[in-house]
Amino acid sequence: MSGVAVLGVGMHPWGKFGKSFVEYGRVAARAALEDAGIDWTDVQMVAGANTWRGGYPGLVSGAAFAQELGWNGTRLSSSFAACASGAQAIGAARAHILAGLCDVALVIGADVAPKGFFGPFGGGDQTDPDWLRFRLLGATNPTYFGLYAQRRIAAYGASERDFAMVKAKNSRAGALNPNARFTKVVTEDEVLASAYVAEPLHLLDVCATSDGAAALVITSEDYARRKQLERGGRAVRISALSTNSPTYPNNVIEMPNFATDSTLAVPAPDEGFKTSLASSAYAEAGLGPDDLNLAEVYDLSTALELDWYEHIGLCAEGEAEKILHDGVTSLGGRVPVNPSGGLASFGEAVPAQAIAQVVELTVQLRGDAGERQVPNANVGMSINQGLFGHGSAVIVTA
Amino acid sequence: MTTPSRSAVPDWFDASETRLLGKACTRCRSVFFPPTIDRCRNPRCGGDVLETHPLSTRGRIWSWTRNHYKPPAPYVSGDPFEPYTVLAVELEEDGLVVLGQLSPDSPPANVGDMVSLRTEKLLEDEDGVQLVWRWTLDNSETVEVAS
Repeated sequence: MSGVAVLGVGMHPWGKFGKSFVEYGRVAARAALEDAGIDWTDVQMVAGANTWRGGYPGLVSGAAFAQELGWNGTRLSSSFAACASGAQAIGAARAHILAGLCDVALVIGADVAPKGFFGPFGGGDQTDPDWLRFRLLGATNPTYFGLYAQRRIAAYGASERDFAMVKAKNSRAGALNPNARFTKVVTEDEVLASAYVAEPLHLLDVCATSDGAAALVITSEDYARRKQLERGGRAVRISALSTNSPTYPNNVIEMPNFATDSTLAVPAPDEGFKTSLASSAYAEAGLGPDDLNLAEVYDLSTALELDWYEHIGLCAEGEAEKILHDGVTSLGGRVPVNPSGGLASFGEAVPAQAIAQVVELTVQLRGDAGERQVPNANVGMSINQGLFGHGSAVIVTA
Repeated sequence: MTTPSRSAVPDWFDASETRLLGKACTRCRSVFFPPTIDRCRNPRCGGDVLETHPLSTRGRIWSWTRNHYKPPAPYVSGDPFEPYTVLAVELEEDGLVVLGQLSPDSPPANVGDMVSLRTEKLLEDEDGVQLVWRWTLDNSETVEVAS
């Protein structure tokens, strides 16, 4: 099977700017088009990742972005999969290209995020489990992050200082990224001195909410080859993209659920959900964890980054703290994780985030990452998890 | 005169019996919580007859977290806001992990501790007191977590 190429990338910096998500998306899209060296009128498909906070127009993101760029008769797609929305949008564009329905697609995700905790969507539906988890339990999103973190402490002897070390590492990378929102280097002591949010996690362990946008121009390999001949070769390939669901019974408590599936009648699968996202992508690409030169993982909290090391196969279960301490995942290490600075440095702009991860992989594989460049970067994975059983992993190869 | 009280979610929680109400598939015996389903979700079963299945009232703490920030509505916070602990409790008999707050009256509890279900006040509205499930430390054995 032929792959698809990433021909151009663009971002709007992350932060809080008080503008509309459509404006952020336009800036990122224009940057991606310029980077690809193509005109807006060359684009045959716009795949938008929906924002769930932007009001009604946000729920038709593909059209909102296309109108902002100027109606052009393109195919449209709008995807919502919570934090995996951006990857679903890439997946929609990729499937169209692989099916031969188009050669050039523009993928855009942008968001305007409220400050502080995400609340239940839609307000007052008192039968909605998402409303009820706040009402009955006060189970905010960081509550789930705290449960996972405490579990690492109990099961593997992790410490709050280990978690703080992840933040310090990511802040050092983020300080080198002009698109990051938080560019100050943070120390472990500063993390530990910040207030608890969901103990054992401190304020600086938990990612913020941000505005931001990211865009990709993805094309057929033939189209990319022709463009490369014109411009001197900078495309990378998307070799795999997984969006699989969990397998029943999912025996890990997942946001926003009240309970896990039961393993009473059917034993838990050998592979958990998040691990399955990675292994589906590895299988599709014909690659494995040993092939990775870098990874972008969804560090909604510092402790979750450690979980991801194990899910993507960088180490065995319970070994994440060790490879962190050994510097394996730092810039300069064997497999730098979150060389962009991660969510720790960006804050989360939900529908843009999975696209931003692929932007970083692309920039790294091209050798354009400047001071945060991973040497000899040829294979990178991005991975994330959304609410409700959504998740994604993308493998990009040079 | 006593204030009338009722379960905050009668279909999920029987406050008078202090039981969480799951559902069980009559064909494959899979258990589900919350009980808001009409078909078995075991992909190899597809049974369409589910019966109410009260969950076990004792379990072991899989993990816990203490929330130190006031959450957004519809959580009803006290004034001043008091931090609260949320537990993920493993119910061995039902093969699942379920969430619930630790009772503010309970001693601190840790991963591996046994806890028991109890009924407590969630809030009071114009119709009286709404009741919710909480966990409280059981003074029995604790096990080390297998890593």
